[in-house]
Amino acid sequence: MSLFKVFDVAGSAMNAQSVRLNVTASNLANAGSVSGDPDKVYRARQPVFSSFRDTLSGEAGIGGVRLEKIIESSAPLQMQYQPDHPDADENGNVYVSNVNTVEEMVNMMSASRSYQNNVELVNTTRDMLLQTLSLGS
Amino acid sequence: MDIQPFAQHEQALKFRALRNLVLTSNIANADTPNYKAQDIEFSDVLNNARADGLSMKKTRDKHLETVAMSTLNPAMKYRIPTQPTLDGNTVETDVEQAAFAENAVQYRASLAFLNGQIRTLRYAIKGGD
Repeated sequence: MSLFKVFDVAGSAMNAQSVRLNVTASNLANAGSVSGDPDKVYRARQPVFSSFRDTLSGEAGIGGVRLEKIIESSAPLQMQYQPDHPDADENGNVYVSNVNTVEEMVNMMSASRSYQNNVELVNTTRDMLLQTLSLGS
Repeated sequence: MDIQPFAQHEQALKFRALRNLVLTSNIANADTPNYKAQDIEFSDVLNNARADGLSMKKTRDKHLETVAMSTLNPAMKYRIPTQPTLDGNTVETDVEQAAFAENAVQYRASLAFLNGQIRTLRYAIKGGD
């Protein structure tokens, strides 16, 4: 019964979108963090999704969403001269994380809308199933 | 008297349920890079049913009627996007939402037809009541 598989597909998408929201929250929380060592600075992270097919539904071309990987942004770090900062390196520089807060806010809105879309799919399909159950009554 | 009064609507429900899943998959993958949106067409199923012929050969009078549209095997087709995207994803959420809503209404229409047939049969069984 393909209607039941809708719950798997939409559920996996909701799961993926909630991971995306989590990553966004982590980025925003670390937006202003600094370090004296450029290798230890927090770098913005982005989830990458992929669709997994056949294993879930058994039908060609239909599949849920899974988290493929989380990549770190390669955007350049901003260097600031703050000799009195406790984390400053020997030259008095600190490095600020490369999180772009505007991008993260857009990401957050996009993830939350996508999540809502999937909730709607589940609700509509659930109604259809319930109506099918009460057929002939 | 039609032997299998529910047959066509049962097939229609199966098709609508399958399309529901395909459209759900599209919307679920709205943020997946390189995902290509797909859809199935009712006319495919209808043409298949016509090509298959309507019934099997009957060698005895009491053999049951076979039902047309017994094979539900529509071809998956890729949707042609109206706008290009950077990540190769061709899902346009508004188009998919509209198709999903349309499909849900058509599913409910089939349910309504079935309910009507069931009501009619009950009416006949009870002799009007």
